[in-house]
Amino acid sequence: MSVTYIDAIREAQETLLREDPRVFLYGQDIATFGGAFKATKGLAEMFPGRVFDSPISEDAMVGLAVGAAIEGMRPIIEMQFADFSSIAFNQIVNQAATHFYRTGMPIPITVRLPSGGTPGSGPFHSQSMEGIYAQYPGLIVLTPASVSDAYHMLIDAVALDDPVIFCEHKFLYRWLKSKSINGDHLPIGQARIIRPGKHATVVAYSAMVHEAVRAADRLQQDGWEIEVVDLRSVKPLDIDTVLASVARTGRLLALGEAFPWGGVTAEVVSRVTEEGFHLLDAPPQRLNARDTPVPYHPKLWAAHRPTPESICQALRKLLTF
Amino acid sequence: MQPYTDGPVTNRDFLRSVFHSMLRARILENKLSSLYKAGKIVGGVYLGRGQEAVSATLGTALIQGTDFFAPLIRDQAGRTAFGESMLDCTRTHLGSIEGPMRGRDGNVHRGRPSMGMPVMISHLGSQVSVVAGMLFAKRLQGTLDGRVGATSIGDGASSTGAFHEGLNLAAVEKLPLVLVIANNQFAYSTPNQRQFACADLVEKARGYGIGGFAVDGTDLLACASVITEAVRRAREGQGPQMIVARLLRLSGHGEHDDASYVPAEFRKGHYGRDCLEVAMRQLVENGIATVDEIFQWQDQFADEVQRAVAQAQQEAAPDPYHEDWTALATRFPLPLSPTTAQPVFP
Repeated sequence: MSVTYIDAIREAQETLLREDPRVFLYGQDIATFGGAFKATKGLAEMFPGRVFDSPISEDAMVGLAVGAAIEGMRPIIEMQFADFSSIAFNQIVNQAATHFYRTGMPIPITVRLPSGGTPGSGPFHSQSMEGIYAQYPGLIVLTPASVSDAYHMLIDAVALDDPVIFCEHKFLYRWLKSKSINGDHLPIGQARIIRPGKHATVVAYSAMVHEAVRAADRLQQDGWEIEVVDLRSVKPLDIDTVLASVARTGRLLALGEAFPWGGVTAEVVSRVTEEGFHLLDAPPQRLNARDTPVPYHPKLWAAHRPTPESICQALRKLLTF
Repeated sequence: MQPYTDGPVTNRDFLRSVFHSMLRARILENKLSSLYKAGKIVGGVYLGRGQEAVSATLGTALIQGTDFFAPLIRDQAGRTAFGESMLDCTRTHLGSIEGPMRGRDGNVHRGRPSMGMPVMISHLGSQVSVVAGMLFAKRLQGTLDGRVGATSIGDGASSTGAFHEGLNLAAVEKLPLVLVIANNQFAYSTPNQRQFACADLVEKARGYGIGGFAVDGTDLLACASVITEAVRRAREGQGPQMIVARLLRLSGHGEHDDASYVPAEFRKGHYGRDCLEVAMRQLVENGIATVDEIFQWQDQFADEVQRAVAQAQQEAAPDPYHEDWTALATRFPLPLSPTTAQPVFP
């Protein structure tokens, strides 16, 4: 029996609904239909009156969640695709994210964003929004890369008193399988070194963790030992774990699937440069998607985002500096 | 529109209470304006002058401790009626550390969410869905019965996506939401004909499948009749109710604005009349209050305002060296959980 990443997310929501009466789910097509990706399959039947189909109103969905949180609930909002959260941007960054600082009352909402590209999804069903949300004070931004993290981090996200942007990767939904959802259950805000190495550090998150591991496997054949750090949480960013890794390897590649201007990889590089310049044996590198909308055609899409090939290329450049 | 069948005399206490809030708000806001012009208030000052009858009626029709009220920028009278203390207002405007916003937000961006009064953000229309969410939570908790949630917006906010999404969602969920649109005919400087194309905003109610009421916002007795009826219907479970109150803002958008874009004929017209003067006349003519009483109230409220301003002025401002510069309630790093195994590496 194996568990997929999407199973873990569904399982986490079942656990949350069972154990916490404050939790309810609100999103488009998530009740009887079970969601566009089946992340809520069967939950409406299991928990009558707790799982709701919403109108196609992302702004109002998050506004409703904020209001419900003020009155003591712990809503989980499913965006059908991360891309559509741009409609809810105002409620997320201005209403939810500012509330605790302004009033002292926290807003414990979890907004699930099915993120990242899959072949053929095109410009409006493929985006990675984590960097945008991480830029705003008052939000926690999570990017699980494993089945176990998908489960435990979603449970932990709902327990946190702050608004959480939970970025799930759509490519991992059914592709990523594990024997069980058990894992080390690291706390939110702590990165994990998932592959030890000594020649260079790749800092990645979400689906790019797996691409980084593939690249590391290939380079191992040439004798290079690449350390891979899975950030898990984009905000807060566990820069200590990253710096400790860079201290061992002396080389850094920050890897992400989002657009290249600014964002998580830029933050990692700037923090390492600022706090660990003396640890670096080579200029730190970044590898992101290209600076165009995410293209539709699978051939273009595959060349738009980082691939094991482009990661290997970036790493070779870094290793031979 | 529901006729005003009860008549003012049977609503004596209600009307006196509404009038108190109108008068308190007017005197308080006149003071805020003076303080602003004297350079004592940093940031903007936004007044509800001319909108007190609508706002105070709504606030009075709500039940403190049970109902929710998300005021907008011209709701000083409604806030007062709903029980907000004058100190919350003066402290927030004057930047006192003792105020509910502790200098982190100012002027009309204040509230007490734990007491049913959420804090507005500047993005118009955004509070509609928040109030819907508060009511939705009460439904899930099984305590919605007999409760309503109200919010107010202006004619300009009716053009936002948030207004549409929030109102439609509230209608779909059949929530007891009362939405008061104060159509003061200018959104900042933009007149109605550049804001919407329907003859009257109340026509929109039909499209959302909710109750719709139109009322003369300068007429206290009309407001009392119509707004209480709308609140009653929402409370009885008839779903969201929209009230469109026609009036004219008797000040600038903020005190920095002289409202020179409002044509003179608007000011001289029916909606340019001062709702406070109309209310005073209505109370006296119907034997609900005497002129002497009103003068007494005026003195009493002026004294309250004076004390609230004086107190806020002598309180400390926030101190950047003692400010807790974090926007999160969670304090990181979090401890390892009992189930956490050792990291895989090293």
